[in-house]
Amino acid sequence: MAEDKHVMTMLVDNQPGVTSRVTGLFSSKGFNIESICGSPTNDPNVSRITIVTAANPPVIEQIEKQLRKLVNVIKLRSLNGPKSVRRELALICVHAKAEQRAEVLRIVDIFRGKIVDAGLEHFIIEVTGEEAKIQAVLNLLKPIGIKKLARTGMIGLIREPK
Amino acid sequence: MMTGAQILMNILKDENVDTIFGFPGGAVIDIYDELARTGIRHILVRHEQGAVHAADGYARASGKVGVCLVTSGPGATNTVTGIASAFADSIPIVVLTGQVPTHLIGNDAFQEVDIVGITRSCTKHNYLVESITDLARILKEAFYLARSGRPGPVLVDIPKNIASAKTDFTPPGDVRLRSYNPTYRPNQKQMREVVRLLQAAERPLIFAGGGVILSKGAAELTHLAQTARIPVTTSLMGLGAFPGSDPLFLGMIGMHGTYAANMSASTCDLMLAVGVRFDDRVTGKTDAFARQAAIVHIDIDPTSIRKNIPVSVPLVGDCRISLQMLNEMTGTAAGDAPSPARVEWLGRIAEWKRTQPLSYHQGESIKPQHVVEKVCELTRGEAIITTEVGQNQMWAAQFYRFDHPNRFITSGGLGCMGFGLPAAIGAQIACPDQVVVDIAGDGSIQMNIQEMATAVQYNLPIKIVILNNGYLGMVRQWQELFYGRRYSSTRMNHAPDFVKLAEAYGAVGLRATRPEEMEPVLKQGLAERKPVIMDIVVEAEEGVYPMVPSGAPITEMLLV
Ligand SMILES: Cc1ncc(C[n+]2csc(CCOP(=O)(O)OP(=O)(O)O)c2C)c(N)n1
Ligand SMILES: [Mg+2]
Repeated sequence: MAEDKHVMTMLVDNQPGVTSRVTGLFSSKGFNIESICGSPTNDPNVSRITIVTAANPPVIEQIEKQLRKLVNVIKLRSLNGPKSVRRELALICVHAKAEQRAEVLRIVDIFRGKIVDAGLEHFIIEVTGEEAKIQAVLNLLKPIGIKKLARTGMIGLIREPK
Repeated sequence: MMTGAQILMNILKDENVDTIFGFPGGAVIDIYDELARTGIRHILVRHEQGAVHAADGYARASGKVGVCLVTSGPGATNTVTGIASAFADSIPIVVLTGQVPTHLIGNDAFQEVDIVGITRSCTKHNYLVESITDLARILKEAFYLARSGRPGPVLVDIPKNIASAKTDFTPPGDVRLRSYNPTYRPNQKQMREVVRLLQAAERPLIFAGGGVILSKGAAELTHLAQTARIPVTTSLMGLGAFPGSDPLFLGMIGMHGTYAANMSASTCDLMLAVGVRFDDRVTGKTDAFARQAAIVHIDIDPTSIRKNIPVSVPLVGDCRISLQMLNEMTGTAAGDAPSPARVEWLGRIAEWKRTQPLSYHQGESIKPQHVVEKVCELTRGEAIITTEVGQNQMWAAQFYRFDHPNRFITSGGLGCMGFGLPAAIGAQIACPDQVVVDIAGDGSIQMNIQEMATAVQYNLPIKIVILNNGYLGMVRQWQELFYGRRYSSTRMNHAPDFVKLAEAYGAVGLRATRPEEMEPVLKQGLAERKPVIMDIVVEAEEGVYPMVPSGAPITEMLLV
């Protein structure tokens, strides 16, 4: 069966050890985490954890059931398809000597990125978007030379009814 | 104002805990000090693993939550095997561990271990109490989680300074957890579909597991099977969920299941699976399992459903409630004359049972199967049977006839050697008037033999029947069949003299080596009012049959 990327987001009790219960479940059952992102919500007692995983549909079903079974997981939703918005932020440090600077700026402009740090031989670029967009920027910057990369991992929300 | 230890005693009383199994140490000394002033009975085991298995045996025999109390560090780590066994079999226990004082946590203090981290994956849930104001609530939640939904072990780690700290105590109200709401009542629409399938089925089969016993649904299951005339097989954990002496009972399914059960599972057109989780020891090769059947799967834990086996109708709900609903919904159809197809199906099953019953050959030496049959006969099938692990466990499952639930107590999911003796202690405490027998192996019994002292100290007349084959027999059997008879490290020829060992503990020791000695020894041992070890020297290289080789379809049975 095909392994598809799957984004799931959950509200959890904001307590020590909860993230470890979630990630421990993935490792103990042999599930794979591509990215994980967690932070408190507007309710200080509740955090949101968003995880991207790749697995076939029956395994996804099992992962979601297992997560719902954790006593500290309050609510879990899938974040796939047009009913949700998904974003990731990347900070990309690129080599940028004189002859490449114009090209880098052009790429940043096309993807509506930002230069957040600049030196004689580098730029740090900030881009946000869905995974495909981040990947496209990276593909274009790769030949120029990526020095360092940090990505937040996916976050997302379900759209409200219109 | 109350201390943490006093709050703990308050909650234990509120939860109707009358017995706890434990072993003291520095981190729980305040709790023990308080415990001695209450009416709660403390059973002092000889090893913390024994405390957990005893609490497990107590829980299974009584249907209540079992409780144990141990100290930090080594006391806590010694509980891990017992917790993992209870977790695998969904047994409700609460394990209270002491911890170093909160200001020392994380400092590699004396006898500090991160037991919450260690047991995260083998508990239903666990807690470290960080403030005395949380203690009462956490303890109430622990009991609630242990017994509700799919039951399981819950651990509460209590730092020493929290046991001695003082606070105003207000009894916590009912537990409410917004993130935990087990579904007890199954979906009505799905239920109607099950009724339709049941009525249309020509070759139905009920496959019942430990969930039926845990939900106290054996009577409902029996009613359904008997009125609708549906044959029943069970998993190891399900033995006793349906009367073993009923003609509709096929015996256990799976690797050491009966011929009739394994053939029925592979031929049925509808399998009503209740409170099971389709363990690999049950299914064999999953692709070949119940290929002709629509499978209805009832379980309170959604993760059990479609984990190993695809099912046609999933039903999330409590087994007893679901079976009760099924009984109400199918009620009127019962008593009708069975259809010709059903008559044919029951006939086929009867033929399988007749031509390939569980059997063994009598010989020069005592046969272990014969011993179990005799124990069954002498206890009129009414004893509580605990087991160790290995061949002894399978022979107990095959040759003792269980007519009632909560009478067969075995480490099923974990298969943990050393379980039977401490579990027997727990069961005997829960049921003082019943005969409790541990069917043991010569290897396993040595893994928690120290608990003989506990049995003697508390005058618990448990009966240990060692099927002494001089081998780690189950492993030897695999070596015989699949590893060219190379018996690598499975010969146990340096066992103690079990008769003298029993006597050294202050118990009774008896031995039978010849077939004619077996019955008198069992009779004498069962009549004793003290703990007894009966060392029954059995045929050394006897095998457990039928046997399905690991990973093969369950119809591929090696027979006697
Ligand atoms: C704690 C533990 N260690 C190892 C095993 C692997 N094992 C399964 S059965 C068995 C043999 C048990 O020997 P014995 O108690 O003499 O029982 P028999 O099979 O001979 O009846 C072993 C070693 C186990 N199940 N549990
Ligand atoms: Mg043995």
